[in-house]
Amino acid sequence: MTLQVVAFYLFASIVIASAVMVILARNPVHSVLWLILAFFNAAGLMVLLHAEFIAMLVVIVYVGAVAVLFLFVVMMLDIDFASLRAGFVKNFPLGIAVALVLLAELVLGIGAYRAGALNLGAAEGTAAPIPMTSNIESLGAVLYSEYLFLFEAAGIVLLVAMIGAIVLTHRDLRSPRAHQDIGKQVRRNPDEATIMTQPAVGKGVDL
Amino acid sequence: MTEFFQSLGLTFEAAWFIATIAGILLIALPLMLAVAMIIYVDRKVWAAIALRRGPNVVGPFGLLQSFADGLKVFLQETIIPSAANKGLFLIAPIVTFTVALLAWAVIPFGPEAVLADINVGLLYVLAISSLGVYGVVVSGWASNSKYPFFSAMRAAAQMISYEVSIGFVLVCVVLWAGTFNMNGIVLAQLGHGFGIVNAFAFNLLLFPMWVVFLISALAETARAPFDLTEAESELVAGYQTEYSSMSFALFWLGEYANVLLMCTLNAILFFGGWLPPLNIDLIPWFDIPGFVWLFAKIFFFFFVFSWIKATVPRFRYDQLMRLGWKVFLPLSLVFVVLISGYLMATGHYS
Amino acid sequence: MTIAQTIKSFTLWEFVKAHALTLKYFFKPKVTINYPYEKNPISPRFRGEHALRRYPNGEERCIACKLCEAVCPAQAITIESEPRDDGSRRTTRYDIDMTKCIYCGFCQEACPVDAVVEGPNFEYSTETREELLYDKAKLLANGDKWERAIAANLEADAPYR
Repeated sequence: MTLQVVAFYLFASIVIASAVMVILARNPVHSVLWLILAFFNAAGLMVLLHAEFIAMLVVIVYVGAVAVLFLFVVMMLDIDFASLRAGFVKNFPLGIAVALVLLAELVLGIGAYRAGALNLGAAEGTAAPIPMTSNIESLGAVLYSEYLFLFEAAGIVLLVAMIGAIVLTHRDLRSPRAHQDIGKQVRRNPDEATIMTQPAVGKGVDL
Repeated sequence: MTEFFQSLGLTFEAAWFIATIAGILLIALPLMLAVAMIIYVDRKVWAAIALRRGPNVVGPFGLLQSFADGLKVFLQETIIPSAANKGLFLIAPIVTFTVALLAWAVIPFGPEAVLADINVGLLYVLAISSLGVYGVVVSGWASNSKYPFFSAMRAAAQMISYEVSIGFVLVCVVLWAGTFNMNGIVLAQLGHGFGIVNAFAFNLLLFPMWVVFLISALAETARAPFDLTEAESELVAGYQTEYSSMSFALFWLGEYANVLLMCTLNAILFFGGWLPPLNIDLIPWFDIPGFVWLFAKIFFFFFVFSWIKATVPRFRYDQLMRLGWKVFLPLSLVFVVLISGYLMATGHYS
Repeated sequence: MTIAQTIKSFTLWEFVKAHALTLKYFFKPKVTINYPYEKNPISPRFRGEHALRRYPNGEERCIACKLCEAVCPAQAITIESEPRDDGSRRTTRYDIDMTKCIYCGFCQEACPVDAVVEGPNFEYSTETREELLYDKAKLLANGDKWERAIAANLEADAPYR
């Protein structure tokens, strides 16, 4: 038990510390790396809650794919730090306003949850683990029966987003640019790609 | 192992702690040794196919060559480029190396011999192998030099692309085995092929997936013919260009530990892991300890990896991307549907 | 695309064939020599490590004419000379900077008395740079060590000069 407590405080404090560092880091690449550390330790917290499937998904999806793309984009940016900080004073009131709104929402949300105004599942934070079935099985049983419609709807939303991204980045193949037909390259065979000749001296080869 | 330490008069927590540390060392230290030997094997196989001799001076048959190289690298000076981002520059190789070791926690070396026998073992391996890209990307960026940066960009794109098809191949295997647990997957292969062969690869529906997995594993570990991240004719040494001494060695060790991991996954997912190859008791197969079979299979696959490295020329980058996204991804998706359809139709799940 | 080609590309036939070929090569005898224990024969004209030779009676050949110093394109040779007690002209300093030398062989071509030669030795790597700045003692020692091989090479090459 003590070990779990130690692990919890370790993971939780690293999550909070690295989340703070995401905001404080001057270099955006460092920010992304702190964010990755936060994700990773959040996954550790999930494991402590016996939600190992969710934990692995967090690592695979967020750390392994989403954050890599973040890092990819941020690294490619050529950031002028001076111009970044230039509008700080001007935008400060707006930033404070947004932060206050978010804080108010958080306080209200937690307050309402604590007060039990809405009955959202189990009252005390986490749902009790269902004994004797693995995480994946119980998740699948709920996801593909009770929440099937929502699950499919989420899938459709993702599909639309994917098609949208493809449409945005798609370049018209008819435009005059050099592109290769891989199929054509693969179909080439030695008979049509090479000729065997024995040219006479001073004659050369007819192509 | 915890019981053993408890029997020495320790409390449960202390015994568990010591047992875990001992287990980690029991895997990590032989793994380091195996990596050193496997580098030697790689060089020997490559040399033999090129009709060369390979390392043959240090120790009997040159067996100690890797240790000599390690010692040399150990004694070198660590050079940090003045323009580099120092902290990240030093962290990157450590990340690569650590991540390469992490995945071995769930690899079963025998029916009982596994450090963490967790339910989501295969997902854990997938999660950890998706972390491997960070060492490369961060090192490329932190070096603040153009070739490492190009290499990092390539590595990021390449690893993400091939992780997708690897994921679907793993889904196929998991569908057939019915579990994410590594030992469960191994046991599901008992007598799977024609009733006698302990391997998923002899299943007509899974065999193409094995080929996809083998090729994707080559791309995932950036081995030839997909070693575009360190294509020396274009990128000097890729992300390792600015590295020297131990930080370079850590990259090297991590890379080969990853290659070994992919060979192990090949053996566990498609060739029955620690099971003997055939499920017949003509000779006492099952009396031989499981890790011997597993090591033999890993060694065979590593030979295959070296063999491929010595045979095929390097891909062009657009060909690599085309293979990943336009061939393997649709192919593995179709097979996920085919396999789940077959399993439902034959009433595999009742 | 023909059917045969389609089948070939789906079964990765060409990869399989290539791997069969490389496996055949894997078991073939090696063509490289076992270098530190076996060595290739080298030409008598091979230009390796420098040496200063002596006459059979032990007198050093070099007469400090400085032709080699003058002809050296890399300016690797430095010579200082003084009359010896018996009145003959001899070098007091004869240095070759092996890190500058380009092994062109002009020094041995220029030498009127066959004193400076490039011997057959090519295995003289050192651990420090300083060890490659050869002085007269080192060059004479080389000459003593390699005299038999150098003399044999000079004799073998003599008919063509």
